[in-house]
Amino acid sequence: MSGTLAAGTDTGTATDTRQDTDEATDVRAAVPWVTLVWNDPINLMSYVTHVLQKLFGYDREKATKLMLDVHQRGRAVVSSGSREQMEHDVARLHAYGLWATLQKQ
Amino acid sequence: MTAVRRTRRGVVVSFDEVEASLLRHLVGEVRDLLTDGEEDLLPAVRTGGGAGLPTDAELSALTGMAGVVDAETPDDPALARLLPDAYRDDPDAAGEFRRLTEGSLRRDKVGAAERLLATLPDDGPGEVRLDPENTELWLSTINDVRLALGTRLEVTEDMAEPDPEDPDAPAYVVYLWLTELQGVLIEVADG
Repeated sequence: MSGTLAAGTDTGTATDTRQDTDEATDVRAAVPWVTLVWNDPINLMSYVTHVLQKLFGYDREKATKLMLDVHQRGRAVVSSGSREQMEHDVARLHAYGLWATLQKQ
Repeated sequence: MTAVRRTRRGVVVSFDEVEASLLRHLVGEVRDLLTDGEEDLLPAVRTGGGAGLPTDAELSALTGMAGVVDAETPDDPALARLLPDAYRDDPDAAGEFRRLTEGSLRRDKVGAAERLLATLPDDGPGEVRLDPENTELWLSTINDVRLALGTRLEVTEDMAEPDPEDPDAPAYVVYLWLTELQGVLIEVADG
């Protein structure tokens, strides 16, 4: 992604990482498919945040966290659910120009 | 530089003459890229439709084809970036998804480009007032131009100012202008 990081938005601590893993485990048990957004050098960080808010109704804080995951880790799970739901989400993300894919969790 | 401001009745973008015609040219190029080879599938868009576009099923009935004939990832990297694979490690699923949805994705993007072009000042400098829906259309369409241009220029996240001797320098300056315009539009729209 292209853009300037605000100071202090460092990568997560060990505690953050463990929380993320726990959340992912919960999601995996309940729903088998996920939509991923991948980092790319063109989409602006502010644009990715904007699109995640518009499409998924996430508040700015959650959308910003997901955007930073994409930027810093190369990808982030932005939604989960049935395969049909994820195909719908991917199509909507492609309409906005984000690089999105779906896969089995 | 293009000015963007927020008013009580929406976002207002002010263009000088060069900027409006440059944007018209660039958006037209991306529209043409997306419609190239797709004329038979885009009758409503080509005649300036917007509402009531035919669905993939209706198009299939008209043309006898299942939406898009070619389910391969486009060879052109810019087009492939605008119409990406939906499955990363499953070419069969990606091809099937493309067969079913690429036509409507192209039509959506072309329709948005046509609507942006319809809102641009005809000639000379001018202002465009964008309601929330049109602001989204502008953002996604300007982004499509940046995706196509940036892919052709092989931009990276850390790219510095262009070398004036580089033959791509003028195109890169245009890319940076679009980036700034999009950034300001988001800032004003979300502000």
